[in-house]
Amino acid sequence: MQKEYKTINEISGPLVFVEKTEPIGFGELVQISMPDGSIKRGQVLDTSKEIVVVQVFEGTTGIDRASGVKFLGETIKLSVSKEMLGRILNGAGEPIDGGAPIVPEKRVDIIGAAINPYSRDSPQEFIQTGISTIDGLNTLVMGQKLPIFSGSGLPHNDIALQIARQAKTLGSDREFAVVFAAMGITNEEAQYFMSDFERTGALSRAVVLMNLASDPAVERLITPRMALTAAEYLAFEHGYDILVILTDMTNYCEALREIGAAREEVPGRRGYPGYMYTDLAQNYERAGLIKGKAGSVTQVPILTMPGDDITHPIPDLTGYITEGQIVVSRELHRKGIYPPIFVLPSLSRLMNAGIGEGQTREDHKQLSDQLYAAYAEGVDLRGLVAIVGKEALSERDQRLLEFGDDFENRFVRQGREEDRHIGEDTLELGWNMISALPESALTRIDKKIMDKYHPAYRDKNKK
Amino acid sequence: MEIKGEIFRVSGPVVTAEGISPRMYDVVLVGHEKLMGEVIRLEGDKSTIQVYEDTSGIMPGEPVENTGGSLSVELGPGLLRSIYDGIQRPLPVLQDSMGDYILRGVSAPGLDHSVKWDFNASAKVGDEVSGGDILGTVQETPTIVHKILVPPKISGKIKTIKKGKYTVDDTIGTLEDGTKLQLMHKWPVRVPRPFSRKHPPDIPLITGTRTLDGLFPIAKGGTAAIPGGFGTGKTVTQQTLAKWSDAQVVVYVGCGERGNEMTEVLTEFPHLKDPKTGGPLMDRTVLIANTSNMPVAAREASVYTGITLAEYYRDQGYDVSLMADSTSRWAEAMREISSRLEEMPGEEGYPAYLASRLSEFYERAGRVETMAGDDGSVTVIGAVSPAGGDFSEPVTQNTLRIVKVFWALDSKLAQKRHFPAINWLTSYSLYNRVLGDWYSENASKNWGENIATAMSVLQEEAELQEIVQLVGSDALPDDQQLTLEVARLLREFYLQQNAFHDVDTYCKINVQAEFLDVILHYKNLAEASLASGKTVEALTSIPVLEDLGRSKYEENFSDLLPKLRKQIEKEISELKED
Repeated sequence: MQKEYKTINEISGPLVFVEKTEPIGFGELVQISMPDGSIKRGQVLDTSKEIVVVQVFEGTTGIDRASGVKFLGETIKLSVSKEMLGRILNGAGEPIDGGAPIVPEKRVDIIGAAINPYSRDSPQEFIQTGISTIDGLNTLVMGQKLPIFSGSGLPHNDIALQIARQAKTLGSDREFAVVFAAMGITNEEAQYFMSDFERTGALSRAVVLMNLASDPAVERLITPRMALTAAEYLAFEHGYDILVILTDMTNYCEALREIGAAREEVPGRRGYPGYMYTDLAQNYERAGLIKGKAGSVTQVPILTMPGDDITHPIPDLTGYITEGQIVVSRELHRKGIYPPIFVLPSLSRLMNAGIGEGQTREDHKQLSDQLYAAYAEGVDLRGLVAIVGKEALSERDQRLLEFGDDFENRFVRQGREEDRHIGEDTLELGWNMISALPESALTRIDKKIMDKYHPAYRDKNKK
Repeated sequence: MEIKGEIFRVSGPVVTAEGISPRMYDVVLVGHEKLMGEVIRLEGDKSTIQVYEDTSGIMPGEPVENTGGSLSVELGPGLLRSIYDGIQRPLPVLQDSMGDYILRGVSAPGLDHSVKWDFNASAKVGDEVSGGDILGTVQETPTIVHKILVPPKISGKIKTIKKGKYTVDDTIGTLEDGTKLQLMHKWPVRVPRPFSRKHPPDIPLITGTRTLDGLFPIAKGGTAAIPGGFGTGKTVTQQTLAKWSDAQVVVYVGCGERGNEMTEVLTEFPHLKDPKTGGPLMDRTVLIANTSNMPVAAREASVYTGITLAEYYRDQGYDVSLMADSTSRWAEAMREISSRLEEMPGEEGYPAYLASRLSEFYERAGRVETMAGDDGSVTVIGAVSPAGGDFSEPVTQNTLRIVKVFWALDSKLAQKRHFPAINWLTSYSLYNRVLGDWYSENASKNWGENIATAMSVLQEEAELQEIVQLVGSDALPDDQQLTLEVARLLREFYLQQNAFHDVDTYCKINVQAEFLDVILHYKNLAEASLASGKTVEALTSIPVLEDLGRSKYEENFSDLLPKLRKQIEKEISELKED
């Protein structure tokens, strides 16, 4: 039986300071019983012989100095089980769907240890999301962490849902199980996600963790860790391929800043704590493959860039940890294009490992370089047209300019339910579009590939 | 010295202990699990310790033990081919002992203490030896002979010494005063290893990359910074340097980088062939991998571990290059620990001692005369990841104040697929002048002059481009149109180099000189012909120019160059005057 202390000395923001305790372990789980009998949970942030600092997950409302504090002697653990699939949990990992409690197969520490880099396997299996701008130009690879950088009011949730719905591998046609962690999203957004999961039947192979905007901010700090712990368990113990969607990491970072301020820490850039890079890395790095194990963890975190500013500390630090980024553009969204993915600043660092012969198609790399280059030129020319007018452009430049619009309207734009196949749809569409350009502009494609795939030649060569 | 005390306070990776009276930077073992940590502050009878491992569950009152020594690495045969974490624990050993995840409280020696090495003594009984002298050799890998050194600070007359097969713990000899000699010794990572004197940096580190050797050369023992934005080819550049530069030993420190990227290095390097010997590249490489989610204090230590290993091979008379990727993550680790200590922050929350730590680190580079009288060097190439791509942030700024070479990778060039994407307008090297003599002796007499001409052409092109964007190139006077063409030849033929092409990936220094000379020969002839009335259209469309571009991919490129030179002369002289 653990001792209950009634020695709270100070309560400040989400923090409770307890005096005169026996030795308490760092990171230990804490239970606080309030005068009205209800119970709150927290975690030890700082422990010494004199004072113990507890961070309370559910907020400190209602706690008084007479409340009892019990230290549970263990760090935060999550009860994991295969039964978690199909369940909805709150941000602290407890079922909120009215179903039976989860019978744990195991209790796992949610602070995941780092994977030994020597034990990792290189990600190289192509994941088809059915979205051309991702599959064709910024390919997602199994075991990758590829965030979506978005802004408020943009349809990043639809994109995430579409990825969750359509993601599959080509060869074995394995389906993904989804671990979905919501941090500080509104009830409305949560319902949107839930109804989509239910409508498509995705819920049966998903674990959902919900921390809503109204839930305490501190809880957000453990939600992604809970989610990733469940993901690692399902992946590396049961062999599932897991797609983890974390939304919205901006809310997570705000919570981190809030706690930092409450602890009166020295703030770093824009008031975010100096350890934010390490903290984010401890979440994002929990993706990948392990040699000799069947499953995989692929991460698609979503974050809204404050003020659409990609140099803001949250997207900036994220970009240095993740393997690329998918950037959602307000301009494309205003043009009414869905999904408004702006390919120029988007990048998948692991793309080359996941495409080419044996994965997608041998022409994939060259075609995507060419589409990229031509679209970049087309976008550049728009600036020029604004000054000199379209008539002043050369024939070649006019075609590139038209290509830019065409690319947005046909290649980028697609339906919310449209699931494009990489070869038959995405790459074919790409060839179809660049065949409108003069051949002298196709400098990224070598002759062999041209002969085999360019619409003007391949039929001739077949005959 | 081993005094036991107990924990007073735990706050993340920072632990306060009482009852021990350590020296600064002594290594202590914290808690029942004996987590490794380092003393970073002393205040009254309380010592503040940064712990290299996760501290969850550690309680006040648990024991703390002072080892009495500072953070040290084991130096001896077996370092090459190894893959370490930031505090020299071999990752494969960690995998064997604790599985796929890095758990805590496991200590693993840096060297394999069970392997027997064939020691060949070169020192003899009766020799007077002192720190840094060579006792003998061990063939560590097929390409590298490991020289066994007398540990620094030890000296005396050799009483016994014997050749044969020994582990790193066995006694291979003794001194008169009874000191035992072994194949390995330990050295504290935060202390630079001693040397006799520093040489001026007047020998270039030849990389075979034209942009680097020609425009922005680095000296052996020099320092360079590569700011690596997203996707600019930082990794390819570093790997090309690791493969081709004429350093004999390479130490690669992955400091706070991505796990999957580190895995790529770990799986790729062992398969890469050393172009000089045909053996695996790993035979002359040490990898240190401390990914972003591994403990922050070990990340802080990883660059010191790396440079100490580099210095050790320097002391054996080798040219060593150290790649640190990325020093920004290292600086962030300092910031994180500093903020846990509640130190007064400097700019952007970085500690006020950021600049001095960076300069101390880079100052450990250099070409030196070793204690044994040989020449060795450590060249440091540090990647920088400026936050938000903003070069005015403190890490970039403080680094630029120290390093002598700045290779600015440019995302615009990378998007245009101009590789290596080193921007020729913003990059610089301060070694150009000191290395001038070497180049004019070993590459060609007019090297310095040619490079200066090439740079001025590229500079002029940048200015002209602004006009061209407004009015088109046809509106320029003839001589300026010719300048644009010469600049194009320089950019597309000379500066662009395909790291993945068998021939083009490495360009010998005399071939580089000749190549540049041929391009500039064209410039001189064309300018003269322009003056005598030939048209710029004709001069810029002579067919030989495209041959010049393609021939760099040919095996016999150096034989082709004189022919191309003659062909240029011929085709220009045959042009009709207007």
